[in-house]
Amino acid sequence: MTITGNYYLIVALLLFTIGATGLLIRRNVLVMFMCIELMLNAVNLTFVTFAKMLDDVGGQVIVFFTLVVAAAEVAVGLAIIVAIFRRRRGATADDIDLLRG
Amino acid sequence: MIAVMFFVVAALVLGGALGVVLSPNPVYSALFLVATLIGIAAFFLMENAQLLAAVQIIVYASAVVVLFLFVIMLLGVDRYEGLGDPRPLQRPVAVVVGIILVLEIALLAGHNWATGTKSQVGKLHGANIQSVARALFTTYLWPFEITAILFVAAVVGAVVLARRSGRGAPVESSSAEVGS
Repeated sequence: MTITGNYYLIVALLLFTIGATGLLIRRNVLVMFMCIELMLNAVNLTFVTFAKMLDDVGGQVIVFFTLVVAAAEVAVGLAIIVAIFRRRRGATADDIDLLRG
Repeated sequence: MIAVMFFVVAALVLGGALGVVLSPNPVYSALFLVATLIGIAAFFLMENAQLLAAVQIIVYASAVVVLFLFVIMLLGVDRYEGLGDPRPLQRPVAVVVGIILVLEIALLAGHNWATGTKSQVGKLHGANIQSVARALFTTYLWPFEITAILFVAAVVGAVVLARRSGRGAPVESSSAEVGS
């Protein structure tokens, strides 16, 4: 059997859904962050697949930019998590409720 | 041969993703994340994106995951998370939302879209790194420069956020590493 682009897209769909569901299920802030990485990677996979299906290098360049932005996002996001954990020892997203009325 | 490889790597990717979501210890989650990211890099190789496969392994599977492990170690949150749920309705609802998401995307993807013609200008010719570099430094030069500004802003923001609050407080060397 030949592996067409649709197989990659199905894997990306499942990966994105696992990431989105995990983001809703988990309470640990770090694991929620990893789930965001899973979703980003699923989208990257679709971009590369479309780049191959449509024979266009633009899809790969977009993935390059996504990687750059994801790296910046991880740096800032982890710094925010470190700053939050310094103030309070809670390990879950439920403990961060300062804006609650 | 390619088909066998595809299914092995797909099992690695999806199993790693499930491991990230389901393992109770954040350190195990980070290690499962490595499995998923390396599987994605293998997919990139199968789809003739060699440069992105290398970047994926260097940036994601090593740098980002090491950053995650650093923060886990720094904060000491590597204890097991209690599986008891303070909000009992949230998990079933989340699973239902996930199933709806799968069905929705599958339904949308089933249509025939108007676009989908092959590209005429940006063909993947020559070596992969050559074509990507040509596009990056000609067509996408302006976004490329903007990402440099973004990186500087991110590094400065990370350092500012990670240092201890309070005026004149000394910056910890360990927290400066987080921002790098």
